[in-house]
Amino acid sequence: MTPLEVIFWIASAVILISAIMMVTRRNLVHAALFLIVTLFGVAVYYVLLEASFLAVVQILVYIGAIAILVIFAVMLTRQVTNPGQLFNKHASLALVMSILVFIGLYLALSVWPEFSAVAPEADTAAAISNLGTAFFVEEDGQPVYLLATMTASVLLLIPLVGAIFVARQKE
Amino acid sequence: MIPLSNYLIVAAGLFSIGLYAVLARKNAIMILMGIELMLNAVNINLVAFWRYLTPENVSGQVFAAMVFVVAAAEVAVGIALIMTVYRRRDTVSADEINLMKW
Amino acid sequence: MNYDPIAIFAEWLRELLTSWNLSDDFATVILKLIGAVVVAGLALGIFILQTWLERKVAGRMQDRFGPNRVGPFGLLQPIADALKMVTKEDTTPESADKVSYNIAPVMAVFAVLMIWGVVPYSSTWVGTDLDVGVLYIGAVGSFGVLAVLMAGWSSNNKYALLGAFRGVAQLISYEVPLLLSLVIPVFLARSMNLNEIIGKQGDVGWFIVFAPLAFVIFFISNLAEIGRTPFDLLEAESEIVAGYHVEYSGMKFGLFQAGEFAHSFASAALISILFFGGWQPAASPWLGAVVFFAKTTFFYFVIMWIRLTLPRIRIDHMMAMNWKFIVPLNIILLMTVPLLDYFVKDLGATRMYAHFGLNMVLLIGAIVVAGRAIKKSEPDRVRFPERAVAVPPKEETEEVAA
Repeated sequence: MTPLEVIFWIASAVILISAIMMVTRRNLVHAALFLIVTLFGVAVYYVLLEASFLAVVQILVYIGAIAILVIFAVMLTRQVTNPGQLFNKHASLALVMSILVFIGLYLALSVWPEFSAVAPEADTAAAISNLGTAFFVEEDGQPVYLLATMTASVLLLIPLVGAIFVARQKE
Repeated sequence: MIPLSNYLIVAAGLFSIGLYAVLARKNAIMILMGIELMLNAVNINLVAFWRYLTPENVSGQVFAAMVFVVAAAEVAVGIALIMTVYRRRDTVSADEINLMKW
Repeated sequence: MNYDPIAIFAEWLRELLTSWNLSDDFATVILKLIGAVVVAGLALGIFILQTWLERKVAGRMQDRFGPNRVGPFGLLQPIADALKMVTKEDTTPESADKVSYNIAPVMAVFAVLMIWGVVPYSSTWVGTDLDVGVLYIGAVGSFGVLAVLMAGWSSNNKYALLGAFRGVAQLISYEVPLLLSLVIPVFLARSMNLNEIIGKQGDVGWFIVFAPLAFVIFFISNLAEIGRTPFDLLEAESEIVAGYHVEYSGMKFGLFQAGEFAHSFASAALISILFFGGWQPAASPWLGAVVFFAKTTFFYFVIMWIRLTLPRIRIDHMMAMNWKFIVPLNIILLMTVPLLDYFVKDLGATRMYAHFGLNMVLLIGAIVVAGRAIKKSEPDRVRFPERAVAVPPKEETEEVAA
């Protein structure tokens, strides 16, 4: 085993185990903390896949913003008096469904010829600057991802304005 | 070398766990967290496909970046909705938010 | 001059490891691990010196001697402090959430040590030469936020939670101008690699001249991220006891302290890298490291100076300054700097003067606008309504007169 494989197996175990722990926790803050561990494992995956930009953005966006937001939401909506049932009445059906989805995904992928492809040699250092230009610069006279980038920025702007509107004190 | 299948299987597992959280848990915030897991599984797939199949073309990474944007916006809006429901109906349990049901 | 002891040592170690029939991959992993231990050890070693320096400087500024009993000039004081910290009782509140309570201090130190992993000490001495170095620095800062939140929540103490909420509000708010001001040097250098940013500053001049406003914004938001006076609202002793680490004692408290000190030194290092040329102008590795640490120590001194001089800022003032002044100014900067650079990018020294002039114009404009706004918001201050104690009621006096 190469060191990369060791790191891969550790990261996979961390991702899956902490995801299962997250789903089964009663204490939602613990669930959110396990979510953070899962997200960190996914960031390790991106590093292994040589997508360093996405790995860093994963930590910045998911752990720095989304996880903190979720923890805040959990703390603000704490139901102390009525912890209630953890799962709804369809939990066992949901479990069967999830396992079926997993098996279905696995079967569908395993017949695909590229399933066990090995990573080709690639200049991933150049990929970062390519990614930076791909968001804005035209390719063959066609702005390929420009519209998507602009849509994404509008999509980010709308919650920002909405948050200010909701948080504003009434005069 | 790590074959592509390893990444895909882990991503499929992560997706299923997220799906289970969405389908089985009562708490609305937990459902949101399950959706995050599913989005992450999709992102692993996108980046793995980029690295293993078309490393010369950045579209896989661009797609993943778009998923980040959608996830951030989705959590912001989702949590705002949950907080509003909590203020009005004093619950975050998805089963009890049934005013529109008949 | 270009004698590089670390590279020679690493090469020797690699040959030694491969001569033991280890594969090249494992030799790399072991070398990286040793490098990580060295970098982390360096940061914590600096922390030990920092406590002495900080107390000495604080003493001088407050007209007293500072530690001078243990060892020459009190140099052994940090060791005595550490012994005291370790031997103190390590308490955990009964109702605390044990696991997150114990992880939080580790996380606080971890968040800062991660920064040191990409800091270039000199042209060849750098933990990891990351292509997305600047973004990485912004990303690992979020672990600090997480540590504050975990510590505050798991202590199960009202003051701790209050401090954590305050702290997270402050840290997240100031992360926005921190990241936005990082964009300016990245844009000027056309790279996110810290070593390339330094190299570029060797070519065209230090970025403090190009972007003094970005420097000021970066400095202020770094002060807020460190959480020291004047931004120590998250541990304001007189208001919320000690904030998020009120329940911590002994070495766990010491770890929070270590995180704060190491963070201030790391901030000083980032300032010297991004705006003052890092190891420039020294090209040789060891001389570069000396220059880098000299600059960093100077900015650390400035941070200490501010801490010891200014009183704590009020919480609404802090938030208003961030969202109503610093962030809008930063966004204007982000819009105007690339626009200007588009016209002057090939002009050599003129480019520098143009950028400097733009920054000065923006600074003066911002001060004028902010001054007006402050004057306008003057009635917002709490004024006691005029009470009628001294003046007798009007009708009565008239009646009496009648």
